[in-house]
Amino acid sequence: MTKPVALSANSLIKTFGGLTATDNLSLSVETGEIHAVIGPNGAGKTTLVNMLSGEMRPDAGNILFNGRDITRMAGPARVRAGLARSYQITSIFRDFTTLENVMLSVQATQGHSFRFWKPVSRDTSLIDPARALLERVGLGDRMEVRAGDLAYGEQRQLEIAISLATEPTFLLLDEPMAGMGPEESQGMITFLRALKGDYTMLLVEHDMDAVFALADRITVLVYGKVIATGARDDIRNDPAVREAYLGEEEIV
Amino acid sequence: MDYVLLTEQVLNGFQLGIILFLMAAGLTLVFGIMDLVNLAHGSMFMIGAFVGGTFALLTGSFVLGVILMVPAMLVIGVVVEMTTLRTLYPRDHLDQVLATFGLILFFNEAVRLIWGPEGLVVPLPDYLDGIVSLGFGITYPVYRIVIIVIGLLVAFGLYLLVGKTRIGMLIRAGASNRTMAGALGVNIPKLFSIVFGIGAVLAGLAGLIITPITQAAIGMGEDVLILAFVVIVIGGIGSIRGAFIASIVTGLIDTLGRSFLDVLLLLFLPANAAESAGPAVSSMLIYILMAAILFFRPQGLFPPKGAQ
Amino acid sequence: MNALKNPANMFTAVVMVIFALTPFVAPAIGETFYVTVFARIMIWGIAAVSLNLIMGYGGLISFGHAVYLGIGGYTVGILAFHGVTNAWIQWPLAIGLSGLIALIFGAISLRTKGVYFIMITLALAQMIFFLSVSAERYGSDDGLNILARSDFGVSFFSLEDKMTMYYTIFAFLVASVLVSWRLVNSRFGNIMRAAKSNDARVQSIGVATYRYRLTAFVIAGIMCGIAGLLQANFERFVSPDMMNWPRSGELIFMVVLGGMSTLFGPVTGAFVFLMLSEILAGWTHHWHIIFGPFLVLVVLFARGGIAGLLAPKSRRE
Repeated sequence: MTKPVALSANSLIKTFGGLTATDNLSLSVETGEIHAVIGPNGAGKTTLVNMLSGEMRPDAGNILFNGRDITRMAGPARVRAGLARSYQITSIFRDFTTLENVMLSVQATQGHSFRFWKPVSRDTSLIDPARALLERVGLGDRMEVRAGDLAYGEQRQLEIAISLATEPTFLLLDEPMAGMGPEESQGMITFLRALKGDYTMLLVEHDMDAVFALADRITVLVYGKVIATGARDDIRNDPAVREAYLGEEEIV
Repeated sequence: MDYVLLTEQVLNGFQLGIILFLMAAGLTLVFGIMDLVNLAHGSMFMIGAFVGGTFALLTGSFVLGVILMVPAMLVIGVVVEMTTLRTLYPRDHLDQVLATFGLILFFNEAVRLIWGPEGLVVPLPDYLDGIVSLGFGITYPVYRIVIIVIGLLVAFGLYLLVGKTRIGMLIRAGASNRTMAGALGVNIPKLFSIVFGIGAVLAGLAGLIITPITQAAIGMGEDVLILAFVVIVIGGIGSIRGAFIASIVTGLIDTLGRSFLDVLLLLFLPANAAESAGPAVSSMLIYILMAAILFFRPQGLFPPKGAQ
Repeated sequence: MNALKNPANMFTAVVMVIFALTPFVAPAIGETFYVTVFARIMIWGIAAVSLNLIMGYGGLISFGHAVYLGIGGYTVGILAFHGVTNAWIQWPLAIGLSGLIALIFGAISLRTKGVYFIMITLALAQMIFFLSVSAERYGSDDGLNILARSDFGVSFFSLEDKMTMYYTIFAFLVASVLVSWRLVNSRFGNIMRAAKSNDARVQSIGVATYRYRLTAFVIAGIMCGIAGLLQANFERFVSPDMMNWPRSGELIFMVVLGGMSTLFGPVTGAFVFLMLSEILAGWTHHWHIIFGPFLVLVVLFARGGIAGLLAPKSRRE
């Protein structure tokens, strides 16, 4: 009995000049699971995420989202189809308040924005959902703070909240733990675990504790190639994977 | 088909292209390496014309004027760079545009104060003021050929400088990755001063060698500047090779367009429409070209590899 | 009114009051030329407000914005030349043409960013400038005189009357600030400001920012075209110099001087810039030699403009 596939990448190839960043990469993410992608630096993980989110086009291969071929689809259109992404390097609107950041994202889901008269600051159809989402994410008491002034961990949370506000079905999370200390990471792990069931997730991460705490299945990438993919515990115990990557982690 | 006229206009186009190249080369270097939008580059063109022209008139020798202009422009360029432009490197492009716009106003007015509003007439020495026969019944002014030759020599010199010398290597490194170059111990401030100085000399040379034909006038640099920017955008910012090709192409299209566009339009339009549309469209031709190129290839024709 | 507590807004409010009262006060103190000066400043103010829409709030630095002054102005001028003085024909045409050309130029320019954008807007504007210089029939370099102002065909409203002309300009200035205010705070303005702050992120939440920028560009072009048709009417004269690139540079300068991306900045900027030019020109013929370095100093040390000096924000732009 095969589970439905939310997102699949098939034989993706991407080269930059002489460098092959993605080498015949195929993976599939089942609906409802958390699928982690791990691998050493330079393995092409961010290139993969960029191709899935639409910021880069693969040179060959295709990408299917809920059965639909989205390979040629522009980034904004993918978001409207339900595929959202968060960034490894925090990408928020620093001069807007936390609430305004999420309000903008909510606005983006409510059809076009060619509305020129009514002020946004009094628009409850934007304020209320944004408030609710921020409460859920744990930033309820930081809503009026300028986003650029938030603590680093809070900015990472806001980063994800912005993506969540677009009401996606699928989340591409590019190193959500990046730059976090142990306490903040634990908070993020708990938060992501709580999202499971509502969203299918593809998680690119270096933090192995987070990966083994969250992932259902894992794909291992080395030099742009998939060297292993399977259930969490199978991957954890796979000797080839240990040698290529997890062994490396132990040295570090 | 009037081959004599055609040849003459092709050569004129080439000559215009050379002048544009001298401007564009300095501009693209400064922009590509220092990431500085310098609207006052046109002022260097004008200052070279006035300063060099004054030397020529004082010494009685045009050639001496050109020779003395070089160190003068080098000094002026370096002084401007060290006093004002240096503060602009960390600023965003808008600030640079505005500040250098202010410099233009200042330089134009300074020139007016020193030389008066009438401009400067720099006559050609007799031995350059002739006409030469190129065969097939085609004659062409000697001086314009001299301009083309000077330009080609400068282009070759730049090619040697950037491609084969140590300084050239530093310039290319700076264009490619300024932070890395700095981290590797290259004296960036000194490099920038040198690059700017070279740009100022090239612009001054362009301004000076055009004065026997067009006279030195206040504000003469601005129109050439805009064309030069169009050239480097077409050619790819930071690329001297791109600047050369784009300059020649631009010069040819502009000149040939002005000469022959009304003839071409006569094929499609009635006579009086072609006659009035001709000059109007030909002055727009270059910008239409630029718009078209940017539409399909926003980074220009020859963007240097590795540059942002 | 809370907003007036901000000294920068207070300054602008005073300026607006001065504008409103001048046609009454100036003749009384025997200095009627102020009416002319302020009418000019107000026209520039409208143009500056339109530029601020795309530059201050959108981050799009257009070095060819003055071209829309020329388009609006020349439409009126050329139609008047051919005997068409009906405002109901002239004005919609001027507005429509400004919008159309803004659409075309915007579609080309917005495919680029940063310096490329600046240079392309400049070059496209130059194209129209040279077109008008080469149009010998319509005066070329020397410009075109306009004998009769736009005629609305009603006896109670005629632009030939000085007061009517002045207050029409004033009304459009107020309207442009009002439109600017609503626009910036609307959903549309929200997208523009977010795109200026972080364009990639706006796209990654599903918004194709290009079409919003293009719309803003067209709105700004239309608003500036209106300033142009007002200028043609007021001066009874149009020339290529109303859209040369130094004009565009001056417009940018006014916006920065007043305080970029503030609502009233452009009006303040136009006022201070033009008053300063008038005063300096009175002192010396060579006032540019002072003005040039002044611009440089403002850029280097007073980047937030007058608004920044009077009411420094606790957060940086």
